[in-house]
Amino acid sequence: MANSSNTLAYVRNEEAPLLPPPPSMAGVQGWILANLFPSVGQGIVSIVAGAILLWVGWGILDWAIFSAVWTGENREACVGEGAGACWPFAQSRFAQWIYGFYPIDQRWRVNICFILGAAALVPMLMPSMPYKKWNAIFLLLVYPLITLILLTGGNFSISAAGFLNAFVILALFAVFLPLMAFGIEEGIHYNRIGLGLAGLGVLAWFASFAIGSSDWYTSWGNFAPGAVAAAIFIGAGGALGIAQLRGSGAGAAVLRSWLIGAGILLGLMLILKIDFGLQTVETSQWGGLLVTLVVAVTGIVASLPLGILLALGRRSKMPIVKTFSVMFIELWRGVPLITVLFMASVMLPLFLPEGVNFDKLLRALIGVALFSSAYMAEVIRGGLQAIPRGQYEAAQALGLPYWRVMSLIVLPQALKIVIPGIVNSFISLFKDTSLVSIIGLFDLLKIAQTTSNDAKWASPQTAPTAYFTAALIFWIFCFGMSRYSIFMERQLETGHRR
Amino acid sequence: MAAPAKAKTPQVSDTPAIQITNMNKWFGQFHVLRDINLTVYKGERIVICGPSGSGKSTLIRCINRLEEHQKGDIYVDGIALTSDLKKIDEVRREVGMVFQHFNLFPHLTVLENLTLAPIWVRKMPKKDAEAAAMKYLERVKIPEQALKYPGQLSGGQQQRVAIARSLCMNPKIMLFDEPTSALDPEMIKEVLEVMVDLAESGMTMLCVTHEMGFARQVANRVIFMDMGQIVEQNAPEEFFSNPKSERTKLFLSQILH
Repeated sequence: MANSSNTLAYVRNEEAPLLPPPPSMAGVQGWILANLFPSVGQGIVSIVAGAILLWVGWGILDWAIFSAVWTGENREACVGEGAGACWPFAQSRFAQWIYGFYPIDQRWRVNICFILGAAALVPMLMPSMPYKKWNAIFLLLVYPLITLILLTGGNFSISAAGFLNAFVILALFAVFLPLMAFGIEEGIHYNRIGLGLAGLGVLAWFASFAIGSSDWYTSWGNFAPGAVAAAIFIGAGGALGIAQLRGSGAGAAVLRSWLIGAGILLGLMLILKIDFGLQTVETSQWGGLLVTLVVAVTGIVASLPLGILLALGRRSKMPIVKTFSVMFIELWRGVPLITVLFMASVMLPLFLPEGVNFDKLLRALIGVALFSSAYMAEVIRGGLQAIPRGQYEAAQALGLPYWRVMSLIVLPQALKIVIPGIVNSFISLFKDTSLVSIIGLFDLLKIAQTTSNDAKWASPQTAPTAYFTAALIFWIFCFGMSRYSIFMERQLETGHRR
Repeated sequence: MAAPAKAKTPQVSDTPAIQITNMNKWFGQFHVLRDINLTVYKGERIVICGPSGSGKSTLIRCINRLEEHQKGDIYVDGIALTSDLKKIDEVRREVGMVFQHFNLFPHLTVLENLTLAPIWVRKMPKKDAEAAAMKYLERVKIPEQALKYPGQLSGGQQQRVAIARSLCMNPKIMLFDEPTSALDPEMIKEVLEVMVDLAESGMTMLCVTHEMGFARQVANRVIFMDMGQIVEQNAPEEFFSNPKSERTKLFLSQILH
């Protein structure tokens, strides 16, 4: 057979046998030979790198386990010569690293939030579990509400002004409903009177600011005239908008979404007003892993949808949408997170009307969410650019409207491509939460640092133990995210699955 | 100016399906389509050929508004194509399109590719959409691939899925943009067979293709384009045996050996 290529005419008469691969490709020995010692130079590199790994690994193991102090009541146990990690200190302070200064007898509320979150998140992350839709609704709508009430204690004082605010916002949406149902031009034509009234309302609102009564209203029955006028005009505009929706399928669909939205908003406000008899815990008492998780999870959950919208906006053909998105992204990306947090904590109150004061943690949450959504937008834009134009065209040629093209065809593919980038952002956001310590919030790292200054446990190993534990907790979360992203990438791979 | 229909193939009606009058299009400074006038009657099967860059793909992409024209009028099934998004969506629902590179959705199975538009655009119940999709997959002779992903199919199979995907929307008009140009010779035949079958069922078709055998077999009109203009059009026998313009003669001498 060997001479076959030398002759001009050749016909194969028997099949070439299927042979096993050569020994260098199989078995442990083969693997070591092929990967660690393929040549003298690489063999030396393997030996040196292996030695360094062993040395560092042994050092950590020795410090954390073999030479570590495991029992003791105070610093006496940990000051000995050659002592490793001071675990009794970590044990005595561990609860504080998790809960911060949350009242000890109320910690069960935090525990419920942790357990409920984990119990809802795990089935959500497992592709084989059923009821994904209800699971998602619980995680995104019900769970945040439960957490908010449990952690703060609920019983928010939502004034009449708050309800007036909600009414005006809903009415403003209602004014624009015909535009969503019938397209912009026809919608404007149908609800031109409503739009005019709403415009007057907004003017009245601005006028009331200009005249000087900057607060809308002060208490029940004592509303500023501008606010009342705004509510009446915008309310009338909204009513006219809703009236235009009658007798059309598209109108009914839009009206239904609006009613659901209105129901959820008003329901939320009413539920938050209820007194469940829980003791109020100020956010200044929160701390440790609790604060880290609240900031990180809020940032992650908010940054993904906001990032998607900003990325789509940046690629939009509408100049106003595009300019706004570009400006938003570049503004937030151009500023360090620390600056954002300082601005949120120190400067924002200067711009707000007197008396309006919202929570420091809430301000940090908003800052972190907007900051990370700008980064997320750029990651997602990278994915959008990787989708060939043919995919958009095929979807459009089938008659799918813009949002369907995006949500059914483009985004599923684009997001899959950028899973590594998205998770990279999540991980970096998770770790950046430790910067909130700069505005006086006690996150995990800050509280670990603070507790290690305790005179009762003062020893050379106290601070390293605290930092090591904090690092370990951070690492567990980040490594989990990383592994899950790799798992998801494999799950979503369709091209080569046979 | 409807060309005479062939005996074997379905009759062409005299109601226009597409009317293009004095249409012009530019890409920036480049005048890519010049003074296009074309009326396509219901049931007509038109083959458009011409050298690359002659504007033939751009022309059919204007018909479902994947490209925007700047001057002149296009009426599809009586609907004027303007910047009105609703009208555009209406036209796209009635016009199916098959692309050179198939453009199947790689993250969806074959069956999901087929049922997507009927479910989301036509608001068809999922069961009905799936039944219809299986019917069309049988028509293009690959029902057994329904649950696979496009990446697992050969090029010819992918293009047949793409044809079935368009048919699932029950279009009145089908546009083909060089459907066999990206295929191996062995696969061209299976795709052409499906297209011939479709032509014989009476579908109004516009095909940009260089498959002259296909043009002879099913077209009632062949259009030759060059430099953004319609240079010549005629019934296929006349077009191939007796081309009038010098440019057409040159083109035909290069592709027919």
